[in-house]
This record gives sequence, C-alpha cells and structure tokens, in this order.
Amino acid sequence: MRPLPVGEHGLLIELDSAEEVAALHAELLRRAADGRLPPVREIVPAARTVFLDGLADPRGLCAELATWDVPPPTTADRPTVTIPVRYDGPDLAEVAALWDVTPDDVVRLHSGTVFHVAFCGFAPGFGYLTGLPPRLDVPRRTTPRTKVPAGSVALAGPYTGVYPRSSPGGWQLIGTTDTVLWDPAREPAALLAPGTSVRFVPVDHPRIPPQAPTGAPAGPHSPYAQESAR
Amino acid sequence: MTDRALSVVRAGALTTVQDLGRPGHAHLGVPRAGALDAPAHRLANRLVGNPETAATLETTLTGCAVRVRTATTVAVTGAPCPVTVDGRPAPWGAPVHVPAGAVLNAGPATHGLRSYLAFAGGIDAEPVLGSRAADLLSGLGPAPLGDGTVLPLGRRYAPPATADAVPHPGPVTELVLPFRPGPRDTWFTGAGLRTLTTGRFRVSPAGNRIGLHTEGPPLERARSGELPSEGMPLGALQVPPSGLPVLFLNDHPTTGGYPVIGVVPERHLAPAAQAVPGTPVRFVRIA
Repeated sequence: MRPLPVGEHGLLIELDSAEEVAALHAELLRRAADGRLPPVREIVPAARTVFLDGLADPRGLCAELATWDVPPPTTADRPTVTIPVRYDGPDLAEVAALWDVTPDDVVRLHSGTVFHVAFCGFAPGFGYLTGLPPRLDVPRRTTPRTKVPAGSVALAGPYTGVYPRSSPGGWQLIGTTDTVLWDPAREPAALLAPGTSVRFVPVDHPRIPPQAPTGAPAGPHSPYAQESAR
Repeated sequence: MTDRALSVVRAGALTTVQDLGRPGHAHLGVPRAGALDAPAHRLANRLVGNPETAATLETTLTGCAVRVRTATTVAVTGAPCPVTVDGRPAPWGAPVHVPAGAVLNAGPATHGLRSYLAFAGGIDAEPVLGSRAADLLSGLGPAPLGDGTVLPLGRRYAPPATADAVPHPGPVTELVLPFRPGPRDTWFTGAGLRTLTTGRFRVSPAGNRIGLHTEGPPLERARSGELPSEGMPLGALQVPPSGLPVLFLNDHPTTGGYPVIGVVPERHLAPAAQAVPGTPVRFVRIA
C-alpha cells in the first residue's frame, strides 16, 4: 500500500492488484459506515488505486493507514444484481474466435461467471466489471463504433461493461439488456456501484435455457433484482 | 406555467444553470459540475438574498438576456459587463429591480469570461442528485440555454442584501496557478518539471468547463505509456501525450489514465474561470 499526496486534501493509495483495491475499498466503506473514517468527500476506487478527496488531514490518515488490518474481500456481504442478457451482440462471433470457443460457449462462460464492479467511470453508471480469467482478456476493437446502443453488454481487456446510454465506444459487443443501468430519479441512481456483485443471465437464447448461475436467488425474468445482505 | 419564470431572449455563446455542484458521486463516474467561479456565484446569490446553494446562470464571454414574468431582483457578478433593464443602464455587482415583463441584458464581458446572474428565489430547475448544475461532460442537469428556453424561478428567500463587499475584478493579465507536485510528478524528467515552472504558457482557445487547456513548451516525460485509470481531482494538471498540461475544472472526468504532474488547490481555481484565451499562465510550485 503506497499512499501518494494529491493536492492539499487528497490521497491516492496505490495497490498491487484489483483484489487489494476491492479489499481496501470495502474496508474504507465499513469504516465510513461505522464512523471510524474522518470526513471524506469522495472515495474513488480504480484499477490499481483508491483515491480519497476532501480530507482535512490527509497526512494523518496516511499514517493511520499503515496500522490497518485489511481483510481480503468477501463476496458474502456484497449487494448482488442480476442482469438478463440477450447474447446477440455483433461481436459475439469475434469474441468466440478470440477465446477459441463457440459462441454458445461464450454465453456459457460469461453467464457462468460472478462479476464484481471494480470501479466506475467513462459515463455515469458505467461499471468496470472483473471476474473473467486473464486468458479471456480481449482487445478493444481497432475501430471504435461511433454509436453503441444503450444496454449493450461489452468486453474489453479484463473488463465487462454495460453501456448505460448510447455513446461512442470501442468495446466488443456480445449482448443486450433492457435493464436500466442509470436513472438519476431512482435510488440508487447507479445499479452498478463499486463493490456490487453482478450475474448475467441469458434470455431468449435458443439453446441455453435461462437459469441463474449456481446460487443466484433471483428469477431470470425480473428486470433486475437487487438484494443486500446489509 | 408558473408566473415565477424567466424566458431566454438571447442565450449567448454558452449559458448554463449552475450551483455548487454535486460532489460525492465521483465513484459512480459523476463529475462535480457547479459554478467555475464559485466566489462570484456565491456573491451574486448573497446580493439577491439567496442562499449560496441557489442556482444561477453562468454565461460565457457574450453574456445573455432574459425576460422575467414577474418583478424580481437580479444581480450580475463575475466577469464585469454592461447591464441593462429594458435598454436602460443598471449597475453590475448590485441588486437590480427588474419589473414584470422587462428584459435584463448582461452584455459581453468587458474583461474576464464568465458572468453570473442570480435571481431572487434562484433558478428552480429540476435537481439531479441534489444539484441543478449543468454538467457538460455527462449531460446531467439542465441543458445549456437556448433562445426561448423557459426556466422556473423559486420563491424569494429574503430581502436583497443592503450591503456586501463587491470586489470589481480587474482583467486577468497573468493567470498564476499555484500547484502541489504529484501524484505522478515522477513520470516527468527534472527538465520537464522545470519547464512547467519556467516555460511560457498561454491559455488555449480549446478550453471549456471540463478543462483549461494550455499552449506552450511540452513537458518532457521520464516514462512513456499510460497509467491504469485512476481517480482525478478537481484542479489536476493532467498531461496528455501532447505534453501540454490541462487544468481540470468542474466538469472533469472522475477517472483518467494520463499522469497528473500536480494539483492546483481549489481556492486558486476561480481566476482560471475568468482567463480568456491568450492569457499568459505561470505555474508556481508550492510545498
């Protein structure tokens, strides 16, 4: 854990892995909820860092951080979201070729994975989801699309994401969902906040019956189901 | 439609609804947004008896004109400009009574870039995540004003202020930006860091509410490539591949992969909101 000062009130904490980021982020949220964290305006996890801003005394927290015992992240206490997906994306065949499997296998592998939201960015409500093994990393498209439809389920690098709204994008599109990822009038506005667990459930697939991955409690036809163990 | 409303007669180059923004949502990819010259926004609100959280209009260079449906009190602050009510001169930086149906015109900035128009009761646009601010990066909040746009006004809070210290800003002849190095200053050579503090930089016309772009000598990197995306603060001096620092303003993206060589404290950002293209920029390292 390497904390770097950011301006007068910020701290950027560098970590060695996405798992360490998830663990520290969860610990920060626990401490904030328990009142054991000094007031902070933003807690922003990213790929290898957690950024804290609006701290009155970043140096003080910096010294305190070294004494923390941060437990590894557990999936048990995470809110879980189930997203029904039609695996009909224009890049499904290309992803199958990159993975050296059939398109049906892409559906099985993707829907059989429990993802979690590592961080958000790019647009409000866009989550970077990790969970696929490194051998399934895929490159971005060489030519980005000028318009990716809202609800597109996409892959790039180690991440899966769902476009909350129509926008340009260079990710590989493997499917579509009707689930609303971002609605400022809803509480919470973002379905996929950092730390959330996510399962994709195939719908309308001719050969793969709709079923949640093992242990998923939500029905496959609900627009989405969100439970929290907290 | 309620009587307490204004309609836009002349939207100007870019006029947006702004307040103090929506901090606290960066982890969802939501920029802070809010008035770029926050002290000017606060002052305008105080002059008309509003709390500082009330929404104002932020203009860009050419001002704007609005017709009010009921008599109201208005104050114009920020970039100084000629103010008229139905064509008759009215004071800048003071509460102005505007009769029902009259047009308040905030003319082109005589110097500076962004004027703020506060109306008694505030602009009562629909809040998004607790703020009425237009966020031009992600499109949250009210759209930029167009000719004919109608915006509701809130109920008056308090009588207009009778006295306030109104600084009349002079032209920004040089934009001085104090910065703290880091978190990625080690991505630059010693020469690159010296270039930042000694080079002749100017405000580029490419700037907007997302960032103030600079023209000048590129900063030499000690290492190439990009970082994995990381959280970005307001006031970040982010250095893209061009080597020319970009000062992140209120609509900045919440994460990014270009190295941040230093961070300008928030209290020094208001002058950046008023620096027109071509203004010399000096970066001053603070401990």
